[in-house]
Amino acid sequence: MQAIISVNKLTKTYPSGLRALNNINLDIRRGEIFALLGPNGAGKTTLISIICGIVNPGEGQVLVDGHDIVKDYRSARAKIGLVPQELSISMFESVWATVKFSRGLFGKSPDDAWLEKILKDLSLWDKKDSRIMALSGGMKRRVLIAKALAHQPQILFLDEPTAGVDVELRRDMWDMIRNLRNSGVTIILTTHYIEEAEEMADRIGVINKGEIILVEEKTTLMQKLGKKQLTLQLQQPLPQIPVELNHYQLELSNDGNQLIYTFDSQEDADIAGLLRHLGNLGIEFKDLQTSQSSLEDIFVNLVGGHA
Amino acid sequence: MNIHAIKAIYLFELARTWRTLMQSIASPVLSTSLYFIVFGSAIGSRMVEIDGISYGAFIIPGLIMLSLLTESISNASFGIYMPKFTGTIYEILSAPISALEIVIGFVGAAATKSIILGLIILATARLFVDFSILHPFWMLGFLVLTSVTFSLFGFIIGIWADGFEKLQIIPMMIVTPLTFLGGSFYSIHMLPPLWQTITLFNPVVYLISGFRWSFYGVADVNVGISLAMILLFMLLCLFMIWLIFKTGYKVKT
Ligand SMILES: Nc1ncnc2c1ncn2[C@@H]1O[C@H](COP(=O)(O)OP(=O)(O)OP(=O)(O)O)[C@@H](O)[C@H]1O
Ligand SMILES: [Mg+2]
Repeated sequence: MQAIISVNKLTKTYPSGLRALNNINLDIRRGEIFALLGPNGAGKTTLISIICGIVNPGEGQVLVDGHDIVKDYRSARAKIGLVPQELSISMFESVWATVKFSRGLFGKSPDDAWLEKILKDLSLWDKKDSRIMALSGGMKRRVLIAKALAHQPQILFLDEPTAGVDVELRRDMWDMIRNLRNSGVTIILTTHYIEEAEEMADRIGVINKGEIILVEEKTTLMQKLGKKQLTLQLQQPLPQIPVELNHYQLELSNDGNQLIYTFDSQEDADIAGLLRHLGNLGIEFKDLQTSQSSLEDIFVNLVGGHA
Repeated sequence: MNIHAIKAIYLFELARTWRTLMQSIASPVLSTSLYFIVFGSAIGSRMVEIDGISYGAFIIPGLIMLSLLTESISNASFGIYMPKFTGTIYEILSAPISALEIVIGFVGAAATKSIILGLIILATARLFVDFSILHPFWMLGFLVLTSVTFSLFGFIIGIWADGFEKLQIIPMMIVTPLTFLGGSFYSIHMLPPLWQTITLFNPVVYLISGFRWSFYGVADVNVGISLAMILLFMLLCLFMIWLIFKTGYKVKT
């Protein structure tokens, strides 16, 4: 499938001399939800800002649905909606006026029915005549989303969309984002809530210090990098791990009641072998459970490893 | 042309005026009215005529110019400075809209306000002072040209400014003095010869002189030169704006 956004050898150095992006290559697939993860200052916002036309690109090229973001900026930008990280919104306007403004700014003729639909989807309809300064932080962020959707973009960038949004609304927002994806919108989001990426993303990219260090299907990533653990509750506490079991990655809990076996992926796991060995040694267990590391653990490992 | 975008910016900016009606219309009207009362009616009645025009009537074009210049600059500079300051400019930068369209939207709105303001002040002046307008079309022409030109200038200041102080320093420190010394209250022929020559380097002289000519048919400098000077300044501003957007100066990093 042809990529809807294609970033080629993009390098950005700010006037201060700081290199925020270093030789970024990234393809976003049409219709996917792509989560861009990375620690503070990694370059997520810079990358998004360049694609959207807010920051000048340095070297390299970005194509949005085949349109160069510099030479053919009108066609490129018309396809994109952006929800910025900062709550930048003019405070004195009414909600309705500001979404109407956004639609016009992107060159679309007025369509009040569409604006009504998105305000309703975002539970903002009853606030449509309120001034923005009278809204709560979470409501303001939803107004920003409404503004970004006002011109019916094919691509939506969400730079930390759920920062400051309460748990219930966050779930609503996830539903809304999924619905958008189902209607064909490609979504690129950044977040510091890894569970959000885990919950929603089709693919995950990790950026650190201006470099993309990984792009992977979420499920593959979790399989490949997700550590699994098998915990055995022993009948009798063990004083130490028997030497016969040395070639397994085993840990013994402090009280000696639990034996923990950690394995990286399905392939190199030898659970059957371990259990056979335990049987031979006469070590009995009363219960067993497995757990899988979350995306968060994976992320911390990755970024920590590159730091 | 992204007509919808121009319209959106234009209407957004005009809406800002209605929200701040007191500040943007009422206060300049009030302060110029005070000038008319003090200089036009009270002191003016004791002053000799200048070029055959009563003093109260003589100062009207200059006073309107004073408001036009300061209001055009402050409206346009504020209009573009605020989105930069609050960060809402991200939306304009990310929209499929050219630099020219941004300028038409912002400067068009600022100039519209100034023109409306100028006409209101003109009508107010009529309440205090008796005067007539010899060349109404030229009068409107100068009004529009000046409003547009100085809104362009204000737009440049708004982009250049990175603090509220810079935003206000040029109107306060340069434009107001130049207007006062540009023949608002006197004919430059009343100055000693040396000062007459120096005054000719003040661009505002040409604006006021041309504007006054459209009222009374008398001018300090030839009206053609006045027109040429305004157009020249307008081109200069357009060129600077073109440069700003070409280089991304203070707009994009
Ligand atoms: N306008 C700017 N001028 C100079 N440096 C900048 C500018 N904007 C960002 N930077 C720097 O570029 C780097 C990347 O910043 P960026 O905002 O892209 O990070 P981020 O991944 O979005 O971080 P966060 O998770 O905190 O939002 C940082 O070191 C930041 O200080
Ligand atoms: Mg960021």
